[in-house]
Amino acid sequence: MLHFIQQLGSSTRTGFAKLGRATYFLGHTLTGIVDVAKRPRLLLNQLHSVGVLTFLIITISGLFVGMVLGLQGYNILSDFGSEEALGIMVAASLVRELGPVVTALLFAGRAGSALTAEIGLMKATEQLSGMEMMAVDPVNRIISPRFFAGFLSMPLLAALFSMVGILGGHIVGVGLLGVDDGSYWSQMQANLDFYDDIVNGVIKSIVFGFVTTWIALFEGYDSVPTAEGVSRATTRTVVNSAFAILGLDFILTAMMFGDI
Amino acid sequence: MQHTRTQDTLVGLFVAAGIVALFFLSLQVSNIRSFMPADTYVITARFSNSGGLKVKSPVSVAGVRIGRVSNIYIDKETYESVVEMSIESKYDTLPDDTSATIYTAGLLGEQYINLDPGGSFDYLKNGGRIEITQSAIVLEEVIGRFLFQKAEE
Repeated sequence: MLHFIQQLGSSTRTGFAKLGRATYFLGHTLTGIVDVAKRPRLLLNQLHSVGVLTFLIITISGLFVGMVLGLQGYNILSDFGSEEALGIMVAASLVRELGPVVTALLFAGRAGSALTAEIGLMKATEQLSGMEMMAVDPVNRIISPRFFAGFLSMPLLAALFSMVGILGGHIVGVGLLGVDDGSYWSQMQANLDFYDDIVNGVIKSIVFGFVTTWIALFEGYDSVPTAEGVSRATTRTVVNSAFAILGLDFILTAMMFGDI
Repeated sequence: MQHTRTQDTLVGLFVAAGIVALFFLSLQVSNIRSFMPADTYVITARFSNSGGLKVKSPVSVAGVRIGRVSNIYIDKETYESVVEMSIESKYDTLPDDTSATIYTAGLLGEQYINLDPGGSFDYLKNGGRIEITQSAIVLEEVIGRFLFQKAEE
């Protein structure tokens, strides 16, 4: 019994200690904006590896998600004789929920895990300590550009996902199933609000980008510098990011769209 | 960095594609004009029952949307539903004997206010009030009345 209580206490303490380290780490990373502004080339390199290389998986997934939405939505809406509402159904679900959330989950799997593995390996091979020996701040030099690259890429990727998805829904709905082209777009435009839907979706993706990149970089930086430690850190990145994204999504949705 | 130039191009394309997507969402998917705070003036109408009318429901004349419902509340003394409508300023020639009716778009669609302009030469101004109104049709009421008539026969 006493043993159990001790374990509970110790895991609470380590949990809080980790949270504290993560917060301190975030503050340190944010100060690196000065270094990033001095060396935009570092940010550009990271935008390539974080953003451009994630581009393909995002657009292909977006296309298929939109096509599936078009197909499923048509089957249900045609029962009620309101196939014209297909556009608003596809666009609203993509812009409000699926765009930001699925993009963030894919981003965590594709870019987040890569970031953790990279930073973890740098730590294990003592590259970070080496930089410190040369009086170069590794957080500002290595972590910050990656953080801002992820932070900037997420909203762009989520917008691309939604756009490709809506076009995918159009291909299936209008091209294959024969929904009227005009009502597909006009229903969408009449019912989606720029502020309520588009801006809130972008805000969501900015929050997810911030959190996912933060978790990925911190797990890498905080990993045990062994092969096993890096592999565990990578797993934790994906799992924790998924929890954080889905939990935050509920909170943000309740704040933006719900009357709670 | 060896492939700096290719990398620059790819990053540039990526950022451009992202911005295009954001513009696409704002212009093609949502109606950005509804976000622009156009000049409006407010008129009110009183209904004995405003049915499923909601804030932001459209207000139209002859099928063209000229404004939106901005507020709905109940008059504490007469128990009437007071509906405030924001009408775009460019449509400032609504006669003061205009009548307002609540219609439903399609059988199950959303409800909207239709304004029927009268013949007066005095126009409704900001804060003006529409006197002639017809309430929303509540389907249960209509069915109830129909059944009642059938039973009488």
